[in-house]
Amino acid sequence: MYAFRYHRAGSIDEAVRLHGNCEDPGYLAGGHTLLPTLKMRLAQPSDLIDLGAIDALKHTSADTDTLTIGAGVRHNDVARMTHPIPALAGLAGEIGDFQVRNRGTLGGSIANADPAADYPAALVGLGATILTDRRQIAADDFFVDLFETALEQGELVTSVAFPAPRRAAYMKFPNPASRYAIVGVFVAWTASGMRVAVTGAGASVFRVADMEEALARDFSPEALADIQVSEDGLNSDIHATSDYRAHLVSVMARRAVAIANA
Amino acid sequence: MTITISMTVNGEERSGLCEERTLLVTFLRETLRLTGTHVGCDTSQCGACVVHLDGDSVKACTLLAVQAAGRDVTTIEGIADGDTLHPMQQAFHENHGLQCGFCTPGMIMSALDLLKHNNSPTEREIREHLEGNFCRCTGYHNIVRSIAAAADMMAPGKA
Repeated sequence: MYAFRYHRAGSIDEAVRLHGNCEDPGYLAGGHTLLPTLKMRLAQPSDLIDLGAIDALKHTSADTDTLTIGAGVRHNDVARMTHPIPALAGLAGEIGDFQVRNRGTLGGSIANADPAADYPAALVGLGATILTDRRQIAADDFFVDLFETALEQGELVTSVAFPAPRRAAYMKFPNPASRYAIVGVFVAWTASGMRVAVTGAGASVFRVADMEEALARDFSPEALADIQVSEDGLNSDIHATSDYRAHLVSVMARRAVAIANA
Repeated sequence: MTITISMTVNGEERSGLCEERTLLVTFLRETLRLTGTHVGCDTSQCGACVVHLDGDSVKACTLLAVQAAGRDVTTIEGIADGDTLHPMQQAFHENHGLQCGFCTPGMIMSALDLLKHNNSPTEREIREHLEGNFCRCTGYHNIVRSIAAAADMMAPGKA
């Protein structure tokens, strides 16, 4: 990898200040996308600001209807937590492999916004709110496009607030090598209605309005039986064609509803 | 830029020179000469480089050495008690858990982290836990058997 300067930030303020003072900096969270990217020399930041020592990013709190998870909380910590959203624990426990889950963080995952990452489906599926060092962003507005979020230059995700759903489940069809989602569908029956969020299939996570309307009438796998997602605009690569991904969206959604009801 | 970093490695305070971009696995192997930790794929997939950082198994090829500065690292060299093998090593020996041996350090360090959280894993749990560890001899069957045997040996109430 190209040379860079390394900084270990001790607080959120220090991290953001360092970011503002450096020429072309990057935040380093779990590093499990960033470091492989640097090794391949696909990026050349002047400075890396390590967030790993900031305790304020590692807090988790829960009340009766909201679970708030710090951006620096690792996937394995979420997977092992006893908390009001088991579907979220299950999702976190299926990211990558065990060692990846010992490093990868919630904030790092969503800020990177990989089109095949799992967490974006949970955030959009549950209607979560992203808290940053300067504002709050609704999950529906956060994920913009391929590896693109609503975050401004230097803006740091500090935590995510997940409203507890009445029922929810996540079902993914993982790539057998990388464990990234070829298609993953998060289905939730929330206080604000039905939500169906799809990751892996498109450039960014998206909702399926037809499915949400059908589930509002009848929250059962059968209610989704006749709903097909168009393959237009879906990803097509060596792992799966767009046609196959469109098919998987329906299958995974039905399975998720069945699990949510179990 | 060359920097000096220090960390606790296998219970000893160790210092060495490296660059900010030096990976932990490179620092361990080339600076500290602890070559038991292997580099297999160098892309975070194969698990030959697994070490423990503050007690958690991590892939040392996907961590900067400077990120481990001031922290506690355990490598495969640090688990035996003198000439007495760790029960996990002994179990691999007795169950033919290694063929060429290249993946073995990572398998053992990964398996120890499994037993830390689950002291009597099922065969399925062992196989799922090894998702991030590849054995290109495909000797998985005896690796799984070794870990199950080690779990028996290390179970509370035994040695």
